[in-house]
Amino acid sequence: MNVSARRLGSRILNDEIRRAEEDIIIEDCFGERYIGSCASSITITINGTPGNAMGAYLDGATIIVNGNVQDAVGDTMNDGKIIIHGNAGDALGYAMRGGKIYVKGDAGYRTGIHMKEYKDKRPVIVVGGSTGSFLGEYLAGGMIIVLGMESEACPVGDFTGTGMHGGLIFIRSSTPPANLPKQVTVSLADDLDMGSMNEYLMEYADTFGLSIDEILRKPFYRLAPNAKNPYKQLYTIY
Amino acid sequence: MREGMFRNPSGCAISGIFSKSGKRFSGRQIIESIAVMHERSNGLGGGFAAYGIYPEFKDHYAFHIFYDDIYAKRECEEFLEDHFDIVSFSQIPTRKLPEIKDTPLIWRYFLAPLPAKLADSQQDEGEYVIRCVFRINTGIKGAYVFSSGKNMGVFKAVGFPEDVGRFYRLEEYEGYCFTAHGRYPTNTPGWWGGAHPFALLDFSVVHNGEISSYDANRRTIEMYGYKCTLQTDTEVITYIIDYLHRKQGLDLKEICSVIAAPFWSVIATRPQKEREELEYLRCVFDTLLINGPFSIIVGFEGGMMALNDRLKLRSMVVGEKDDMVYVASEEAAIRVIQKDLDRVWSPKGGEGVIVTLEKGSA
Repeated sequence: MNVSARRLGSRILNDEIRRAEEDIIIEDCFGERYIGSCASSITITINGTPGNAMGAYLDGATIIVNGNVQDAVGDTMNDGKIIIHGNAGDALGYAMRGGKIYVKGDAGYRTGIHMKEYKDKRPVIVVGGSTGSFLGEYLAGGMIIVLGMESEACPVGDFTGTGMHGGLIFIRSSTPPANLPKQVTVSLADDLDMGSMNEYLMEYADTFGLSIDEILRKPFYRLAPNAKNPYKQLYTIY
Repeated sequence: MREGMFRNPSGCAISGIFSKSGKRFSGRQIIESIAVMHERSNGLGGGFAAYGIYPEFKDHYAFHIFYDDIYAKRECEEFLEDHFDIVSFSQIPTRKLPEIKDTPLIWRYFLAPLPAKLADSQQDEGEYVIRCVFRINTGIKGAYVFSSGKNMGVFKAVGFPEDVGRFYRLEEYEGYCFTAHGRYPTNTPGWWGGAHPFALLDFSVVHNGEISSYDANRRTIEMYGYKCTLQTDTEVITYIIDYLHRKQGLDLKEICSVIAAPFWSVIATRPQKEREELEYLRCVFDTLLINGPFSIIVGFEGGMMALNDRLKLRSMVVGEKDDMVYVASEEAAIRVIQKDLDRVWSPKGGEGVIVTLEKGSA
């Protein structure tokens, strides 16, 4: 089913998506908000620039965007997959708690802010380019991978992992990120880490037609919460 | 009920279009751009600034004034005649729309300061004009000057921005730069003067966000003769920029380093010369640091600047196509008027994007 976002407008478009039982292709998308929020089964393909909070509360559906996305994509997403053949705005995967987001290009500030995990729910974000400052701010769970495929320098901004108290951040880079806060420890990723990323990196490479060898050509730095983290006793009981 | 009677936090949308070659284009595109971000406004304010629209009066100050009634108009015109040579004046053309209500009288004057008065005042021309603006806005009840620059004009009202644009027949103006604002104040009486842009001489500011340093900034700027009458943070930003540029002689890049200064921990990582300069600005103008979320577009004669707060708590996207530069709160608002961009990016927090007319252009 093909629909024109601009003609329908945000509200009717989202009603159509909620009623849809087959895959949908959305054309002429200019900032219509909340596309695919809570969707659980179908595949939604978007040609254009979807508005804020695309895929919020996504619950199993797949969203493919041919273009750039704006802010708060995958906000509180629970399950499913978002594939972006372009760049993402700020607060990508905000409070995400499950599912996967793959971005071919760059992502903005606060990528993965306050992502969390519980039992089998383990959210993953992979960004192919670079990210803005405050990557993984208040991170509580899940995995963020930044590849910096086009960057010579470390592909993240300042204050990475500020307030981080769970989860893992991996950064593909020849040098570790500067200006890390005290709650974060940095080390080179070991074989176990590489193993835990493998499934996602393979799928990422496959999705965007990249060579996995090229992705693995540079080392990955692993950022984890400091075991002596002062927050540990504050926010968790174990 | 007017602005200034209580605080006024806001969400908002901003957009700007600039032609580096100085090619003049109609106001139609900026309306289309800001309309895409309809959800970011709530109908309590919209407005535009347009540059290069009055080439026939380019050496005269164009005052746009709201009047509550004919008495305010008479009193204000008496004041204008006392201080300026009024070269031309007329009602600003508008279109009657059901969406735009409680319309004040809206007049436009092209003015030159009276030479004798200007000499008597012992001030430079800009300061003379600004003092006249403040005299009207604080001294003449029911009169409010909302635009006072040369070869530019502000057009604003209570309403959604796309309706405000149609109301002012913006498509009939041609300029090399337009900026726009859609307002989302959450607890405002919603008065016409409180809509954006805020302008002083040729500087205009549209602003998305809310600054938490408002009171510290206000106390500082009021020491230098500015009068904050509206309690909206954007008014303060406009005055800070005017003060730093016109009175302190800072360039725009330096102004960015004052109002959206990097953190001390970031300054410490910079090369020595840059570090010393940043430390100087941070120390001398510390009370003019603007804290809290903002993205702003500043219009000025021959240029446009876009800036995010240092934490980048608001979205802002820049796009380029040939000689055109676009800035908006959302990329969709650029794509809707220019699908095919040469480059599109989000500047970092505190990183001002400054564009100016190329040499030799109009």
